[in-house]
Amino acid sequence: MIRALVLGLLLAWVGTATAIDAEPAFGDPAMQARYERLTRELRCLVCQNQTIADSNAGLAVDLRREVRELMADGKSDADIHDFLTTRYGDFVLYQPPVKPRTYLLWAAPVLLLLGGVGAALLVVMRRARMARENPSTLDSDSDPELP
Amino acid sequence: MKATLRFLIPAFLFAVLVAFFVIGLQKDPSLVPSPLIGKPAPQFTLQDLADLSETVGSADVAGRMHLVNVWGTWCGGCRQEHDMLLKIAASGVVPIIGLNWKDNRDQALKWLAQLGDPYERTAFDPEGQVAIDWGVYGAPETFLVGADGTVLAKRIGPMTEAAWREQFLPLIRGPGGSS
Repeated sequence: MIRALVLGLLLAWVGTATAIDAEPAFGDPAMQARYERLTRELRCLVCQNQTIADSNAGLAVDLRREVRELMADGKSDADIHDFLTTRYGDFVLYQPPVKPRTYLLWAAPVLLLLGGVGAALLVVMRRARMARENPSTLDSDSDPELP
Repeated sequence: MKATLRFLIPAFLFAVLVAFFVIGLQKDPSLVPSPLIGKPAPQFTLQDLADLSETVGSADVAGRMHLVNVWGTWCGGCRQEHDMLLKIAASGVVPIIGLNWKDNRDQALKWLAQLGDPYERTAFDPEGQVAIDWGVYGAPETFLVGADGTVLAKRIGPMTEAAWREQFLPLIRGPGGSS
């Protein structure tokens, strides 16, 4: 009971901890939501497994300020991504762009899935053929009786 | 024969995996290659660390090959490379422009007074605005900028004798240059 209560409280607290800035960056909720989404898509290069929305490193603070200023200037999401990739490279984006260098990266999940399906099909088909050609062998070793 | 060949497939896949690890684990993931190499160096104008009423900027080094060294007193690697920078400055091969990044001015001035000042001029960037333009993410960082204003090389981490000799000097002297 107490455990459930503590868990509930913790979860409720997590829900409020969305932005790292002391105050919302924008009065307009739509702009604030856009700002939070953008900062969650950008990597902090000092602490590489955190986004700039998560990190309190000096550079992340500076980059958040830069994003705010670019947004206030009316720049689009693509402009802001461009601004950062020309300075820091594609590594600053959590989602790598699709281009010849990353085709293999993006195709890898599909290729691995197809490979797995292919291997599974081969095994199933061979088993089916063995069962057809020689039913007794498969029966006897598929489910051995233990004493 | 066929059975042994099939036996080799997992061994082969394992060898590929090991090859990936051997290459991947020897790379330092904290070194992010700069997209600025071969591109024009970002223009900047900042206050002069030594005299805030003066400015330091791209105009001061226009037409000259130079180094831009990003440093701060809070940065251990900067202390480590300081003697090397003094040596480079003393050699007179290229002038060094300092970019004092996210630092306290008094401490920065004290640092230069105590340890020696290898910089021709030092630009004061407490907000890190110019540093972002240069794609700086961890001091010390050193850029080599050619006379035409193109970024020729970047080193992330302390400058060492070996890096200076092998990476920078050949670029400074250029192909066919004398030593």
